[in-house]
Order: sequence, then C-alpha cells, then structure tokens
Amino acid sequence: MKTIGRLRGRLPAWSPRAVAGLVIVAAILLPFTQPEANSFMNNCVLALAYVVMALGLNTVVGFAGLLDLGYVAFFAIGAYTTGWFSSGFYTNLHIHIGVSGYLTALPGIHLNWLLVVIAAAIICAIAGIVIGLPTLRLRGDYIAVVTLAFGEIIRVFAINGHSIIIPSWVPLFGGEPLTNGRQGITPIDQLQLPGLKPFDQLHLRPWYWTALGLALLVLFASLRLRDSRLGRAWVAIREDEVAAVSTGVPLVRTKLSSYAIGAAMGGMSGAFLGAFLNTVNAEQFTFSFSIYILAMIILGGLGSIWGVVLGAIALTFLNYYLIPDVFNSLPSTFGLGVNLTDLSYGIFGFILVLMMILRPEGLLPERRHQEELAEGIGETEAALVEERR
Amino acid sequence: MAMLEVESIEVFYGNIRALEGVSFTVDEGEVVTLLGANGAGKSTTLRTISGLLTASRGSIRFRGREIDRLRSEEVVALGISHSPEGRHCFQRMTVRENLDLGAYLRRDGEIEQDVERVYELFPRLAERRRQKAGTMSGGEQQMLAIGRALMARPELLLLDEPSMGIAPVLVDKIYETIEQISGDGMTILLVEQNANRALSVSDRGYVLETGRVVLSASAEQLGSDPEVQAAYLGGD
Repeated sequence: MKTIGRLRGRLPAWSPRAVAGLVIVAAILLPFTQPEANSFMNNCVLALAYVVMALGLNTVVGFAGLLDLGYVAFFAIGAYTTGWFSSGFYTNLHIHIGVSGYLTALPGIHLNWLLVVIAAAIICAIAGIVIGLPTLRLRGDYIAVVTLAFGEIIRVFAINGHSIIIPSWVPLFGGEPLTNGRQGITPIDQLQLPGLKPFDQLHLRPWYWTALGLALLVLFASLRLRDSRLGRAWVAIREDEVAAVSTGVPLVRTKLSSYAIGAAMGGMSGAFLGAFLNTVNAEQFTFSFSIYILAMIILGGLGSIWGVVLGAIALTFLNYYLIPDVFNSLPSTFGLGVNLTDLSYGIFGFILVLMMILRPEGLLPERRHQEELAEGIGETEAALVEERR
Repeated sequence: MAMLEVESIEVFYGNIRALEGVSFTVDEGEVVTLLGANGAGKSTTLRTISGLLTASRGSIRFRGREIDRLRSEEVVALGISHSPEGRHCFQRMTVRENLDLGAYLRRDGEIEQDVERVYELFPRLAERRRQKAGTMSGGEQQMLAIGRALMARPELLLLDEPSMGIAPVLVDKIYETIEQISGDGMTILLVEQNANRALSVSDRGYVLETGRVVLSASAEQLGSDPEVQAAYLGGD
C-alpha cells in the first residue's frame, strides 16, 4: 500500500488522466476482440450497468454519507418504466413514439428507449425525493432502516402489482394492472437507437456500447458533482452536520438532491437492465440486491469514483463468472453436496469481512474516507506508544 | 430599533420546555452576554435565533424582520452567523477548506480578501492553513470556528462558549480578538460559562435561569454585584 502511495507521488500530475483515457479507449475497443455474443460480453454489459447503479448509490452513501439500504427500489422503478413504456404489457393501448419496424404493429406502449431512460431518471428522482423526505430528521442507522423499508414496500407492490388496478379516473391507464407480479412483463422491446440497427440478443456490441455510454455519462457526472459546490456541501454534511448548517449549507435541499441524483442514476441503469434482461419481474427486486450494490462500493472504496467502478466490475464478474463457471464445482471436489452459487451471498459477506480487516478503505480509497479510518488506527497506536513509555 | 429583538420565546425539546419566555435585545455595535448555569437555556437561545430550533411561541426580529420561521441557511444569508458550541470544525478538512465553507452562501469575488483578514485576526490559522482542523488544539479550532463564522460576512455574530475547554493562554488570545472584532463594529451575542471573562468585553448582560431571564444590567453592574457574583459567576 505504501509503495503505491510512493509511486503515485513520483508520477507526473497528468498521469491519472492519461490512465483514465487509456482505460476508456480500451473499454470502447474491447468488443472487437470478442465474438458478437458470448458470455464474457454478456457479463461486460451487466458489469457496465452495475457500474451505473453503483455510482448512483455512491452519490448517496459515499458523497453525502446517507446510508441507503433500499437502493433496489430505483432498480425496480427504472425497470418498470421500461416495462410500462416499451412492451406489449398494456395491450389495450396503442402508443408508438420514436419506434419503427415491427414494433409499430404491436399493441401496447412503445416509446423509444431514449425517452424511456429519461422518463426513468425523472420518475426515480421524484421517488428519491419521496424517500428522502421522511429521513431528513433522522441520522445514521435510522436512515438505513427507513430506506430499507422503502425498498421492501416497492418490492411488495411489484409482487402484488397484477392485482393492483389503476383507478379508472387515471387517463389512459385506468383499469389496468400496475405490474405483472412474479410472472414479469416480458418480452421488452429491443432497443432502437438513432444510427444503429435494432438491437437483438445475438449481437451484444450495440448493447455493450449503450451501457458504456451510460456508464461514461454517469461517471463524468459523478466526477463533476464531486468537485462542484453541491459536492462540497455533501462532504460538509457528511463530515459534520451541525457545522454544515451553521455555515449556511441548506440541509434539506442538499440531502434531497443527493437522493434524487443517486436515484436517477439507479433508474437509468434499471431502465437499461429491464430491456437487456428482456423481463421486468418482481423476483428481481430483493433486499439482497441493495446489499450487492452496497458491497460493490465498499469493496471499491466508499466515495471513490474509480474505486466504485472497479468494485462494480469485480463483483459482477465474481457473481456471474467466477462463482458459477469457474469455481462452482469446487465444494463437490471436497465431497460437499452444495454448489458454490448457493453460497454466493456468503462469499460476498466473507469478502467484505476480509476487506474490513485487510483494507477497510477499499481497493482505490478516497482521500478523506481513508483519513477517517486511519485516524482511529493512528490514535490507538499513539496510545499504545504512550503506554510503553 | 434594536438590531435583534427576542420577545418571550418558548422552545421545547419534546415535552420539556427549555425556554419559558426569554426576551432581550441586542443593539447595533453592542456586545451582549447571556450568562447562566448549565441548562439555563443559553445555547438553546442561540440555536433558536440561528434557525436550528424553532420557537413554539414568541418572536425573533432581526432589523425589524421576523426570522423565527426561517431556515438556518436563510438566517445566515440575512447576516447572522453562528459559531456553535463545541466548535464543530470540519475535522478532516484543512483550515482553508473550513474557511471556504464558511463563505458557502457567498458568490462575490472578495472571499480571498476575507480569508486573508481572518489570517490577520488569527495568525495561528495562517501558519496552519494547510493543516487538518482535527489535528489542531482546541483553542486553534475555536479560532477557526470564529473565523469560519466571520467568512459569511455577518452583521451579527453568535458565539457559543468560545472559552470552553481551552488553555488559558489561548482564551486570552481569543478574547483579545473578540474585542478587536467588536472594535471594528461587529455586533456580538456571546454565551459564556466563564462570566467574568465575557463581561470584560461586553456592554450588557442578561442572566438566564431555567429558561427565564432573571436579571439584566450593564456589564459593570453585573460584574460588581456581589449577589450575582456569588450565584452565577463563581464569586471570587
């Protein structure tokens, strides 16, 4: 760890930018080294979608220091936005905007995905504010409990949504169900983006570049937000709420904007995943998903943008490749009758425990969070030294 | 008209009435001290003025304008700056970053100038401008808290216990600076346990007891009153 620090000190100032640029170029060119569709490309697409999700949660937990355990809610709402507005789910309606080809002949609502992703961001931002409001008067663990409950409420709505009928006074949607419950809304329209052929599941490159575009957009937004006035206000309330308020940081607006922005990012990722997975199913929206995303940002380094990107990619490949494909039969070679996939959350937990012991500040730590953790250790060490004297 | 008029405010913490109708005024350019034992309601009064707490009854007027329903950022924007009890510096930020946050609501181009002015008032802060607030002594952090409050360019400065837990040498330094700030025309409302010290820089004082003002007089009168000395000022 110290060597990395020393190395960093020796490198010229522009080198982090150059490295970031190289990584981005490599990411853009990556599909050309791969066939049109294989499981690696599939995992890459998922990893990029999770990068977006994790950066969104990082805005709330890493930047503003508000522990959100119900982040799955925004995955759900974003995915349902795709389900509602780009599928044949509402068969009684015939709305087509910005789509072409066979989609125009299908019943249901078929909006161009660009419209859907914007709608998802807006709807989730509003939902983020709704969940943010009751937590304003709360601190720490209590925020976690309220957000956790919010995630569960959304899940229960999703599961029972097929019997929740939208009241008849609502224009267009009156008399229609809210969701399709555990059966899921499927199929979802394949993406149609300007300048690209309609997407399909056999050609993953367009999906990959769309996900990459989304990830770069959110990455850039995160970098700009971190260094903005708003970003400083988030750090201020995370560091010391009383002090922040006494300097005139508007507590309500600052906190709510972190919830809204984080939620909008999660919603965009959800809208993408809904289309990519080709189903919006209530079973997808479990509490463990929230923990999975939280684990990504803790693994990478709370508040550290590049760390979070790394954490999201690492845990996606662990979950979708290493555990099911590489090590799945490992327990049986020791004569144990379980698959490793059954233990995946146990493995995530184990990794988090290991991280807490070996490198609590994350893989690529953020400066201030690192100090936060080092402080505690430093004090203990100083006390020990004092005692020995 | 007084700059700040606090009129029979009542404040509750849940069911407990912390202030039972506190009234006082602060005139422009004055230094006024609120004295009293622990739990008398001094800090509560300051927190209510700065919008951290809301009075359930009574009114607070700043330059004639009702401010008791305003949020704290609006109060800061009006020109009331609060250096909270226990200093509350941003521990992991540098001195400079703390001062910058003090100017959070300002959008003018004179922030740099005011930072220099704070460094002039507290040369110790200038020496430590790149140091993390958390690594400084209590007295230095108190200086930083006052400096940060000044960065908002207030017309009224609320100082809560600036001598609490601080080495006597630094208390002297801080009080010298408070006199200096006041000499430059700043209006200051001061809350102190260290009554003799506070009265030495004040024009007037109010004594609070269990959420009520029980005495109000000039600083000299309060300082020389033997009963007050014995009851509230640790009489020596």
